[in-house]
Amino acid sequence: MSDSPPTSPTFADVNRDVLRTLGPPGNLYFAWMSVVALILAGGILAWTGQIWWGMGMAGKRVPQQWAMYITTFVFWIGIGHAGTLISAILYLFRARWRTSIYRAAEAMTIFAVLTAGLFPLIHAGRMWFAYFLVPYPNQRDLWPNFRSPLVWDVFAISTYLTISTVFFIVGLIPDIAAVRDASTGWRRRIYALLSLGWEGSDSQWRHYRRAYGLFAALATPLVLSVHSVVSWDFAMALVPGWHSTLFAPFFVDGAIFSGFAMVLVLVLPMRHFFKLHAYIQDKHLDAMGKLILVTGLVLTYFYVCEIFTTLYSGDEFDKASLFWKVTKSYAWALWTMYFCNCVAPLILFWKKARTSPVVLYVVSILVLIGMWFERFNIIVPSLGHAFYPWAWGIYVPTLTDTSIVIGSFAWFLLLFLGFIKVMPSLSIVEVKETLPPPLKDRVHGPHH
Amino acid sequence: MVPTTETVLGVFAHVDTTVHALEELRAKGYHDLTVYTPVPVHEIEEVLERDRPVSRVRLFTLIGGLTGAVSGFLLTIWSALVWGLTTGGKPVVSIPPFVVIAFELTILFGGLATLIGMVVLGRLPRLAPSPTFDPRFTNDRFGVAVHCATGRGGSVREILRGAGAEEVRP
Repeated sequence: MSDSPPTSPTFADVNRDVLRTLGPPGNLYFAWMSVVALILAGGILAWTGQIWWGMGMAGKRVPQQWAMYITTFVFWIGIGHAGTLISAILYLFRARWRTSIYRAAEAMTIFAVLTAGLFPLIHAGRMWFAYFLVPYPNQRDLWPNFRSPLVWDVFAISTYLTISTVFFIVGLIPDIAAVRDASTGWRRRIYALLSLGWEGSDSQWRHYRRAYGLFAALATPLVLSVHSVVSWDFAMALVPGWHSTLFAPFFVDGAIFSGFAMVLVLVLPMRHFFKLHAYIQDKHLDAMGKLILVTGLVLTYFYVCEIFTTLYSGDEFDKASLFWKVTKSYAWALWTMYFCNCVAPLILFWKKARTSPVVLYVVSILVLIGMWFERFNIIVPSLGHAFYPWAWGIYVPTLTDTSIVIGSFAWFLLLFLGFIKVMPSLSIVEVKETLPPPLKDRVHGPHH
Repeated sequence: MVPTTETVLGVFAHVDTTVHALEELRAKGYHDLTVYTPVPVHEIEEVLERDRPVSRVRLFTLIGGLTGAVSGFLLTIWSALVWGLTTGGKPVVSIPPFVVIAFELTILFGGLATLIGMVVLGRLPRLAPSPTFDPRFTNDRFGVAVHCATGRGGSVREILRGAGAEEVRP
């Protein structure tokens, strides 16, 4: 540690630089917020229209009763995977590069899951009966069917949202205390309340550290289970193109792939506008680029497996479904997906590309488009070309569901943009932990 | 009434001087220490953990997790029995799908119990700051508060200063 470069930030630098991000926002910020709020208003208007006039507004009819909403639901749940992967799995593996991006990634996770959680309600139409999904004692002694993957989904996603939120807030507590100690007036009082009176005493750290490790240990199997459960929404059904044991790992890998792309989409502008280059360095971008590349290659392998299994199985319905997807009405969506998910990330084989913010940004956007289309391709064309020719059909998006889907991106960005101005979007404590500790005797260091 | 104990606080700028002070204090028989650090520091923990058992948070996690697993199976099996859905020749109590619910509840209850454990054992929330707390301890300073018998304050101050404290109070 003693040979660290003299330019490495000190503890006080970290506090100063992170607290600087909480300063009063400029015009650009408000301009962005206004655009985002307008798009969100469009989405809310569309939803109101759908509630008023009915589900026909969303273009839903047999055979595609699952369309844009479930596509976008799975997309957002997938985005929500990178945060917990970074904060739990990489924590257990002691990957130190995670520290400067994990807070933003965790915030992203929670906001993504909050966004995803809206879609089953929007999709279900009468969302005021959403509580039917929850097991509760009622006068008819009626209970959910626990054999249904849709009920597993309710449990998996609410557990995921709860545990990620707890993990996120626990990680924030010492940082909020640091913000509290640097602020004055009513802000100080609010941060003092939120910090639970954290002081960083040895007994607090002792239980905190143990609890944090346990959260990571609990969240690791959870993050792998959630998207597996979501994939079983499909895989448990008999629809050709869905009924596959490949789905759980395939979904988990895709989720991590798209989640990392979204982390980059959020972190790169953050680094640029907040001037956090000392903390989010090229080596961090490089590590993220590598993860996108690896998960992208694994995803390509899964695509190949999927096609191979269909061709090798000899199942006529599966083969017909595949042929239709590759060549007919929705072929453009399938080939967009192959290009974005399999070809575009290959540029990340070059280190120059992995450390170039522009290249990374473009690749990340392509990956997000590709991953949205992956879910679209699983849902819409599969349902449109199942067993019976009289039940085949084409789904066309409407203004209503398109506005709601676009509005969900605005909702997500609104939450994220709000967050980065009120809470430290870079973990003060964890960044400090990766720095060389302040030592008086730099040559001998502490006693070992 | 004269208080029987007094508290001396030393503020340090460096990890090695803090560790040095802690070693000195422990050698002299002062064990009632509160150490404030901006980040968890391995070297400091190592000195303090010598005479302390491992944090009991893990017990909370274990009990929470087991409660979750048991209640997951109880809820699914019991509700399947009171409202039997006989479909597709499958058993009414079908364990494999119920494992999913039990798993999720294990994680959920385990996580919430861990949170409760951390809050309860760490004595949070703390409504008023401790008298020895200083706002610099969330930035870049380390604090060692020594609780000792009245009259011993002088020698404690000496140890703290000798170890390299940049400020000793009172």
